[in-house]
Amino acid sequence: MRFSDLHLCAPLRDLERTREMIEKSSELGYNQIGVPFPAGTKQDIVEQVRHVSEDFDLDFVTRLDLFPKSPGELLGDLRRFRRSFEIVSVLCGSKPVARQAAKDRRVDLLCFRGLDRRRRFFDWAEAELASKSSAALEIDLVQVLGAEGFVRAGFLSSLRREVALAKNYRVPVVFSSGAKDVLLLRKPQDYASLTFLFDVDLSAALQALSSNPMTIVERNRKKQSPSYVAPGIRLVKRKEENR
Amino acid sequence: MVRQVRRRYLALEIEGEGPLQQKEVADALWNAVLRLFGEVGLSQAGLYLVNFDSEKNRAVLRCSHRALSLVRAAVASVTKIGDVPAAVHVLRVSGTLKALSRKTHS
Repeated sequence: MRFSDLHLCAPLRDLERTREMIEKSSELGYNQIGVPFPAGTKQDIVEQVRHVSEDFDLDFVTRLDLFPKSPGELLGDLRRFRRSFEIVSVLCGSKPVARQAAKDRRVDLLCFRGLDRRRRFFDWAEAELASKSSAALEIDLVQVLGAEGFVRAGFLSSLRREVALAKNYRVPVVFSSGAKDVLLLRKPQDYASLTFLFDVDLSAALQALSSNPMTIVERNRKKQSPSYVAPGIRLVKRKEENR
Repeated sequence: MVRQVRRRYLALEIEGEGPLQQKEVADALWNAVLRLFGEVGLSQAGLYLVNFDSEKNRAVLRCSHRALSLVRAAVASVTKIGDVPAAVHVLRVSGTLKALSRKTHS
């Protein structure tokens, strides 16, 4: 089975630590990693990280995390940056942003970072919109590792509800590490075991760590290829130029 | 004859900053199960740290086979051993110590 971690928060300013994290991901058994870059990152930084990933035989995926304050800002950001990144995730800080992100086909991943139940907007309406637009729900497992006590209990309860909703509405779920440090990285099987805490069965957990993220990346790569025309239509062969 | 209690042995690799003591490792694992599943969960898990190699930072943990998923979740949730940031990875799981050592050395 091939595994993917679409949210490896490598410190881009420190290439040595970035290298360390990427090496660790490879050691732990991942085949694909997604590294978030700020919009407008210089291409040479992206290439440096790509080279490091290739050194460890990892499939490298460029990712953009958007934190829009309003739906309008989200639309503007998507218009400007969508084509430059293979994966676009939206951190939904408010309900209008969450709704707009869920219905926009250009958004790949919906993230809800807060541990507080009231700041997580993945309800049935959000799930229904996401199921129609093929956006996936992303859960960073570092949040489960970081929380403790009552906070973790509340957070696990929210995750249980969100995962059940996603299953009902057939919204794909993606589990990512979200790790900023080597010691917060775990093997894919260990992450799958951790999801037992919010009632995800092992096969669904492994799918959320392998085929679900890989399908999204593959779909976007096809869309970004020059032969792509529209959904279901691609250029097979160009007419030879007249001599 | 079928054994009354079926067990699972987990080979663990521990990453941490600085040297680790066996007691600290055992406490961290016990506390992880206790925090996540409470006293009843810990009593059902039947945890026992079979050995700890402080040079290689490897350990073997025994648990009840019924509590395997619970113990694996707790092991993955360990972020500190003592006061030091750490991570515990499960290398292998087996039903006997003999098979575990064969699998980990192969």
